[in-house]
Amino acid sequence: MQVIRVQLPYHLRTLAGIQSAPGGEVTLEISGSLTVNSVMDALEARYPTLSGTMRDHVTLRRRPFLRFFACNEDISHQPQDTPLPAAIASGAEPLLIIGAISGG
Amino acid sequence: MSRVRVLVGTRKGAFILSSDAKRQNWEVSGPHFAGWEIYHVKGSPVNPDRLYASQSSSWFGQVLQRSDDGGKSWQPVGNKFIYDGIPGTHQWYDGTPHPWEFKRVWHLEPSLTDPEVVYAGAEDAALFRSADGGQTWTELSGLRGHGTGPHWTPGAGGMCLHTVILDPANPDRIYVAISAAGAFRTDDGGQTWLPINQGLRSAHIPDPTAEVGHCVHHIAMHPGRPDVLFMQKHWDVMRSDNAGEKWHEVSGNLPTDFGFVIDVHAHQPDTIYVVPIKSDSEHYPLDGQLRVYRSRTGGNDWEALTNGLPQENCFVNVLRDAMAVDSIDEKGECGIYFGTTGGQVYASADGGDSWNAIVRDLPAVLSVEVQTLA
Repeated sequence: MQVIRVQLPYHLRTLAGIQSAPGGEVTLEISGSLTVNSVMDALEARYPTLSGTMRDHVTLRRRPFLRFFACNEDISHQPQDTPLPAAIASGAEPLLIIGAISGG
Repeated sequence: MSRVRVLVGTRKGAFILSSDAKRQNWEVSGPHFAGWEIYHVKGSPVNPDRLYASQSSSWFGQVLQRSDDGGKSWQPVGNKFIYDGIPGTHQWYDGTPHPWEFKRVWHLEPSLTDPEVVYAGAEDAALFRSADGGQTWTELSGLRGHGTGPHWTPGAGGMCLHTVILDPANPDRIYVAISAAGAFRTDDGGQTWLPINQGLRSAHIPDPTAEVGHCVHHIAMHPGRPDVLFMQKHWDVMRSDNAGEKWHEVSGNLPTDFGFVIDVHAHQPDTIYVVPIKSDSEHYPLDGQLRVYRSRTGGNDWEALTNGLPQENCFVNVLRDAMAVDSIDEKGECGIYFGTTGGQVYASADGGDSWNAIVRDLPAVLSVEVQTLA
């Protein structure tokens, strides 16, 4: 079991009803492999209203305007079942879920 | 005494405007779902405190919201819009096949008889139905599957199913309209569908009188006369007197017959309203003058309504779902409402003779619906 930190963008925090989460972060317990997919599984399980907002319901692929940053690296284009870095697994660093800068 | 609740969807949230029957003093609530695009908000005719809202964003996709207290509080319901079976392809802008992909819900149409039943018109064009208050959705796939679906092409705003009209006299009959496929009707509750585009003529498609391919912008019906339909097509205002079997043009003396909205007076089935827009290249009113046009004769003879509307330097648009009527009867007239891309919501309590802005500085208005409450 790993306890990790995930930082969510404003609109997803609002949708999940956790607007005031300190630093925009939530902590999640992940059992088994730690990947973007397993993090989203855990997020959707705890906050069902986030289902479909980070990844497509059918393909389970990341929404195009969403980005995942880990340890100062953009990992958005890695396969979503790639193991996340040790610093994320240990909770030293948060996984950042970010709405891409675009639009008006 | 009646009250009126105006449900406004905008590019950056939803707003609820409330007034008593005088419609002079308005209370403004919002933004609800601040920062999100709200394509449509509509209440159940059976239970007016039950509202449905389509909330979406390019970043986070589709969320469906429901209120059971008239918009004071909301809860997210189901957002799983899955096309039935293998969705196949439609035609892309360049003529190549393109996979059907769900993007957003443009229009929500609650059932006339059951507050748990609601229909959702989606982009890419499809009609979904929920029988549990929006928690789960099932596609009425006979629409896409009736044969012409692979030939449908998106309009400039996307391939959206933007109009859903339920026939109050026949629970099995539903009309929908799709840009740029045209109008369709089911007579068996959504299992099978027919294109109903005979009489439409669209110069921008290879065969101007094709069975499908017409850019229908909106359709309106008076509930007391459900076989008569009025249509604002890309160009042309059209009328059908036989449930869409055949259409004829009623643009008459309009200064331009391009536009998006069309609606019918609540108490006068032959009184209809449009907002002429200069052209498909210039989406604003002619000469910078915002004018609603009213026909008292079901089309052809139109009069400009300008009292209270800006008559210079006005270059806003009025989008297809951004006009609605209330059902208050004041000397035979009802209230008319429309919203603009400049963020104004205008109201007329006298059938369009005079107008006032309820609000002037909202985000761009995408949709306007009205509830008349006891």
